[in-house]
Amino acid sequence: MDRNLAAVQLKGITKRFPGLVANDSIDFELKKGEIHALLGENGAGKSTLMNILFGLYQPDEGEIYVNGEKTVIDGAAKAIELGIGMVHQHFKLVQPFTVAENIVLGNEPKKGLSINYKLANEKVRDISERYGLKVDPQVRIKDITVGMQQRVEILKTLYRGAEIVIFDEPTAVLTVQEIEELIEIIRNLAAEGKSIIIITHKLKEVMALADTVTVIRRGKVVRTVSTSETDERKLAELMVGRDVSFQVEKTKNEPGKTVLSVDSLQMKGEQGKQVLNGVSFNVRAGEIVGIAGVDGNGQSELIYAITGMRQVSGGSVKLNDRDLTNKSPRKVSLAGVGHIPEDRHKHGLVLDFTLSENMILGSYFEPEFGRGVFIDYGAMDKLATKLVDEFDVRTSGIHTHARALSGGNQQKAIIARELHSDPDLLIAVQPTRGLDIGAIEYVHKRLVEARNQGKAILLVSFELDELYSLSDRIAVMYEGAIMGEVDAVHRDDQQLGLMMAGNRPERSHLEKRG
Amino acid sequence: MDTFKKIFVKSSVGIPLAAIVLGLLFGAIVMLAGGYDPILAYTSLVQMLFGSPYDIGEAIRAITPLIFTGLAVAFAFRTGLFNIGVEGQFMMGMTGATLVGVGLELPWYLHAPLAVITGALFGGIWAGIAGYLKAKRGVNEVISSIMLNWIALFLSNFIVAKFLVQQGQQKTPDVHDSARLSMDWLVGLMGNARMHWGTFVAIICVVVFYVLLWRTKQGFELRAVGHNPDAALYAGMNVKGTLVKSMFISGIFAGLGGVFEILGVFGYQTVMAATWGYGFDGIAVALLGGNTPVGVLLGAILFGGLSYGSAGMNFGADVPQEIVRIVIGSVIFFVASHGIVKFFLKPFLSKRAEKRKEAV
Repeated sequence: MDRNLAAVQLKGITKRFPGLVANDSIDFELKKGEIHALLGENGAGKSTLMNILFGLYQPDEGEIYVNGEKTVIDGAAKAIELGIGMVHQHFKLVQPFTVAENIVLGNEPKKGLSINYKLANEKVRDISERYGLKVDPQVRIKDITVGMQQRVEILKTLYRGAEIVIFDEPTAVLTVQEIEELIEIIRNLAAEGKSIIIITHKLKEVMALADTVTVIRRGKVVRTVSTSETDERKLAELMVGRDVSFQVEKTKNEPGKTVLSVDSLQMKGEQGKQVLNGVSFNVRAGEIVGIAGVDGNGQSELIYAITGMRQVSGGSVKLNDRDLTNKSPRKVSLAGVGHIPEDRHKHGLVLDFTLSENMILGSYFEPEFGRGVFIDYGAMDKLATKLVDEFDVRTSGIHTHARALSGGNQQKAIIARELHSDPDLLIAVQPTRGLDIGAIEYVHKRLVEARNQGKAILLVSFELDELYSLSDRIAVMYEGAIMGEVDAVHRDDQQLGLMMAGNRPERSHLEKRG
Repeated sequence: MDTFKKIFVKSSVGIPLAAIVLGLLFGAIVMLAGGYDPILAYTSLVQMLFGSPYDIGEAIRAITPLIFTGLAVAFAFRTGLFNIGVEGQFMMGMTGATLVGVGLELPWYLHAPLAVITGALFGGIWAGIAGYLKAKRGVNEVISSIMLNWIALFLSNFIVAKFLVQQGQQKTPDVHDSARLSMDWLVGLMGNARMHWGTFVAIICVVVFYVLLWRTKQGFELRAVGHNPDAALYAGMNVKGTLVKSMFISGIFAGLGGVFEILGVFGYQTVMAATWGYGFDGIAVALLGGNTPVGVLLGAILFGGLSYGSAGMNFGADVPQEIVRIVIGSVIFFVASHGIVKFFLKPFLSKRAEKRKEAV
């Protein structure tokens, strides 16, 4: 092996946490100028390995070579000194500071005792031009988009002289267009001779971007292959350890009576803007109705209105012919509405509660969990044990804090809780956001199962693939109104796209002809 | 990894103790620098605390209100609220107790409980105002409860001066004996130290604090709202109502503290120039105790004990009041900052860990 070609070599890295071997004698090699994807499901050990390389963890065993030299990386400072930079999934930026201030932070060009802002701006402009990363150095972080913030993070590593850049789940927070731009940027960096590692669980990106991919499963390297010699299917199999079905198995189902009927809902936003403008639709028992649309067209508000989180100014919400308009969240949930919220950390779970406590978050007041004013923790634990088992939530115990679970397992826990209450209507908002393939497959299967059992399901998603494979009908939302509905099987993709851009079906129909 | 765990498990007792020692050492250095004898000073401190039954009793008397105010602050903290108005609620509790104790004449089995309940409600309602403002109008409870402290001071003074004060004096007549809650048999036993039932009520409150938060449905709600109000709302909890309840309960703890100062200790209320400071000390006590009920109890004992015993350093070793304050402050500082103490202890602990490893 030619050492000169390897920017980073990890040999036999082992890292143990209590009750878990996160990395089990991992060998990894990053060539100079290469884009190398580190692929694995959540909790496979990718992040641990990269945190070791970035000096945030110390390995229990194994050796690290950077540019052929054996080193001990005992902190992020040392990693930066060695030319290793990391773009974290959750950005570490100071919101009220400008782009340039954030980039030079910790290594500011000085003039006497004060910071030389002019030089800082110039330097930032220099690097940003050199690598084709357009940003304005003088705007404040809080005023720019997430995609731009990510560029600032990349620039930060370059400013500090990084030759090896690690990206941790870089596309998790980006829009489709921003992802394309990012791919372009990463290619540029590689062309400039930087060596890139991308931590991801998204197969499409690996195939589109990386030269080489190392697949990790349960802390061990499964295989390292060149992307030209593999395909998505094979990678998925390596990653999950078994054959993966991308297609959701769904039989035809005859929908029953109407469960949810929403009629001309109106809601005003904070600035007096009409965020819901006469939304009407219904969901019947045994069908999945998908809500499509670009983010920010009133989908969240619609869910708030149905679940009673926010008051509507007009229209009505009925569940099984019972009026639920502007009822409290508790009344709505007791009437038979289950809810898998979009943001599971903010709305779905109390992260500092145990898994067990989270299981009764919406039902702790029921007689089965208490004697008088007291909570019956025994009954709670019994339920949690049952649900953990039934829904295959991987946890070290029911008294583990929800925070300690992986994203997929947190989602499983929420689904378990919501389905256990046996709702007539289940609302699922972005139910697979940030989950890996195995978990996505699982969530999809559970939703279809619930539909087959005769539950009405309202699914909001920004991923068309998900809507296509799960929904029976798809309604398209644009600026607080439903543009129209399409059948999920016999659909017209072009028409759907036009509706998402704000055209009503009749008009688009006419336009097509004229 | 194992040793790592052991250090943490063992340190739950070891670290606070080490912190106290470190604080006392630091205080000793300060005293030496000032030309005072630290050994004599500390001996006098201990003597002041344990020298006679009277002193032990009086130390307990000083600790009791701190348990109440510490619990009050910690309870609100647990629900995500910073109740800085414990001072005012404490005062309202005093005033409520005085009103009933002085103003009414009832048989003892009605009078004392009524005075206690009235005072507790006064405190609870006073805190509830801040909670209500937060829930309905989004007023930050830190701001409103601080302002309510001053309103409580002057409202109490007004009530005392207008309705209760004795001719030509700045204080109310004594509370009727039927409402007094001092423990006369123990007072005699402890050399006339002012012992009262409040100490027992305080310890009951420690238990109530735990049971309420960790054993009841209401407590489940309070903790959920404290950790994540958004998720609590999603789960159908009444978040705003919970905020008001939390403040109300916190205020009851604070009010009870005030009640027993009147019914158990002084027996009358004066027109006050400034607030007592028990409420603010309660913040430090809650911090020391990590907002856990037993922690608050221990924190109150440390804080109250040091405050009471420190007078001895002044008498016995001539240490000026200012330096006594530094000594108390450094002990509190070290106890509150676990990180620093762990840093000091690290060399010892790691050496021990190595030895243990070798032994294996």
